[in-house]
Order: sequence, then structure tokens, then C-alpha cells
Amino acid sequence: MGERKLRVATASLAGCFGCHMSLLDIDERLFELLKLVEFDRTPLTDIKEVGACDIGLIEGGICNAENVHVLKAFRANCRTLVAVGACAITGGVPAMRNNVDLWDCFQEIYQYEGGTEGRVIPKDRELPLPFDRVRPIYEVVRVDYFLPGCPPSADAIWKFLTDLIAGREPVLEHGMLHYD
Amino acid sequence: MSGAGAFTLDGMAIAYRDGETIMEAATEAGVYIPHLCHQPGFKPHGSCKLCTVSINGRNGAACTVRAQDGMTVLNNTPELNDSRRALTEMLFVEGNHICPACEKSGECQLQAVGYFVGMMTPRFDHFFPARDLDASHPEVLLDRNRCILCELCVRASRDMDGKDVFAIGGRGIRARLIVNSPTGLLADTNLSAKDKAVAVCPVGAILVKRRAYETPIGRRLYDRQPISEVALEEAKTLKGKGHG
Repeated sequence: MGERKLRVATASLAGCFGCHMSLLDIDERLFELLKLVEFDRTPLTDIKEVGACDIGLIEGGICNAENVHVLKAFRANCRTLVAVGACAITGGVPAMRNNVDLWDCFQEIYQYEGGTEGRVIPKDRELPLPFDRVRPIYEVVRVDYFLPGCPPSADAIWKFLTDLIAGREPVLEHGMLHYD
Repeated sequence: MSGAGAFTLDGMAIAYRDGETIMEAATEAGVYIPHLCHQPGFKPHGSCKLCTVSINGRNGAACTVRAQDGMTVLNNTPELNDSRRALTEMLFVEGNHICPACEKSGECQLQAVGYFVGMMTPRFDHFFPARDLDASHPEVLLDRNRCILCELCVRASRDMDGKDVFAIGGRGIRARLIVNSPTGLLADTNLSAKDKAVAVCPVGAILVKRRAYETPIGRRLYDRQPISEVALEEAKTLKGKGHG
């Protein structure tokens, strides 16, 4: 060995962290992975800003302004950017709100039956600006690879990452390629 | 014309009987040509264009063009497969195909064709169209978000069920599946959950209610086998029943 470890960053945008959970599902293969890569910004390291990386894994689509900032920082810093999971690739389940008016969504969530205490719609300036539509990430930045699934199975993630790290074109056979 | 002949498909000799289409002859010979609007036993429609093959150097739909003696047909070429992938991608962005939230997932032909053609992303910008859902019928749900306008239900309802429940209304991007009743609602038709028009839907647009997620993930139709194998087996079963 003696070679430099590949630096990997991950983030969940408009996702549910299911893809990150599936990454953890590679179980003891994580030790093997850690011989090949080191982590930059991820929810695992708690590093807040992405630095120069070889591989960026993005889970989730784009539903607010903060998502765009994070995604653009990843694109600027990662040599290879991968859209991981249905939401990053199609908008996914969050995109089901795309034909519902944003204000109607807010009222349903915060004001109507079962809403928050006081029925107040949060408007703290710390909160990111929500968009009227949820978009897949490739509609905002260039994306190099796509790893579908909701989530992609641990085996699919392992196959994909090991292909990518070894410099092979990642290929998912029947049973590993899933849109759900 | 004689009763039978042969043509070449990707260099392989394929026998056919007079009147058979390229699709039918290829299927019988065990060659899968991707398709969505075609189903064995149905009158060809030729609209989805996934089955486009090169016939003596010109492109044509394998489901509508009749086999002829000495034809040179190309099916599995990089160019044709690229076009098929692009067509599939366009079908995905044109509707609202949210696989993780669809009851048909794992049994959906659009999804399975996506796997077969190696679609990793829909690539184009999504339309996210506003489409109506009709839940009025007690047994059947109609979700136009997932409709790909293949007209299989239209043909089944008209030609097999004898009910004429469905039609395509509008043109171009405004084309949509419409229901033949005074209110335009499914509840006011004589459609039954047992109708061929319901069973034939290749996607999750027409679904029998209260049957969602009955088969666990991993054991669904296209989890077990790719569509290339399922389609050939289904055609063989149908032929065995004498409908071929």
C-alpha cells in the first residue's frame, strides 16, 4: 500500500438519512473501507464544511437554499460527485409535494389539526429558504455518477464504492439496481 | 407470400410464420426486444418506440412490422440501446414516477425496463406535471401521475372486456387518460377489478385497491427475474393457452 487514502465526504440534503444508514449497513466491511478512504465532511465526523475530496456522496434532493449551498460546495471540492439514492436522482418522496402549494403545505404541517403548539409557522431567519419545488441534484450541478435505490442496498453501495475506488466503471447487476 | 420464412436478427437466423411481426418471431425464438405498449395477444400499437429495431438499415417498430424473408434486423446495438434508454428516461421525467411511493414497484414494467436498459438517472429535467388522481371507484384506483399513455387499458377495455371504459384525450403534452362516463369518474363506469383493462396496466396507473405491498421486497416479480426473462416466459405461457 503506502498510497494516499481517498478522501470522501457525504451529506444528506432533502433526504431521510436512509442512504447513510444503508452505508453503515455494510457492517464489518466498514473496516475494509477505512483502509482505503478517510472521511472529510460527513454526519459521522461532524466536520461542518467540505474540503478538497476525491469522492462526494450526496443523499437527498434540493428543497431549500441551504441544500444548494452545500451541493455547490461539494461540487467545487469533490473530484467525483455521486448522487446516492432516489431523492438525489429524482427528487423522490419529498418531490411528491411539488404539485401542492408551499403555503398549503405549511398550513397542513404547522397550523391544522396535529400542528405545532401555538399553530405558528416558523419564520426564524436561521431557517433556510424553502423552495416551491424539490429537484434532483443533477438539475442544479453536474453529477458524475448515480447510485439508485431507496435506499441503495448495502451490497449495492459496497459494489459501487469498491468499483469506484479501484478505478473501475461502477456496474450494478440485476438485483442491485433498484429505484425503490 | 409463402407460409413461413426466415430473417436475421443480430446475425442469427429467425424463423417466422406468415403474418407474424418481428417482435412475435423474435419472442418465439427466445430473443427479448424491450417494449412497453406491446403485449402478446394485443393488437400492436407501435407508440412507445422502445422496440425500435433497424430493418434493412431503416428504423421501425418491431411490434408493428411484419417479418419478411431475408430481412436484416438489428436489435442489440449500442445506438438502439442508447435510444431506448433515452426514451425510458423521457417517460420517467414526463410523469411523476416516484418508485419508493408506488404500490406497483417491483412489478412495474417501466421500472423493469429501466433496469434492463441500464437507466441510472432520468438525466433530463423533471416536468413534475400536475395530474389528476381518481379514487372514486370502490375497487380500482386510477393514478394518472404514473400513466405512460401506452393505451393497453384502452385496447383491453374495448377489445377484450367489451366495455370501452378508457380513451386518450388531448394531444401532445396535454394527452391524458380519460374515462368514458358522464362525470368522467371511474365510479360511474361498469369497470370491475377483474377486468383485463386493470390487469394489463404495465405501470401503477390502474391498481386494484387494498392489494398494496402484498409481496415483500426481494420476492416481487422483477426482483426475482429481469424483464427480459419474464417477458419471454409470459409469452410462452400465453401461447400454451392458445392466444399466441
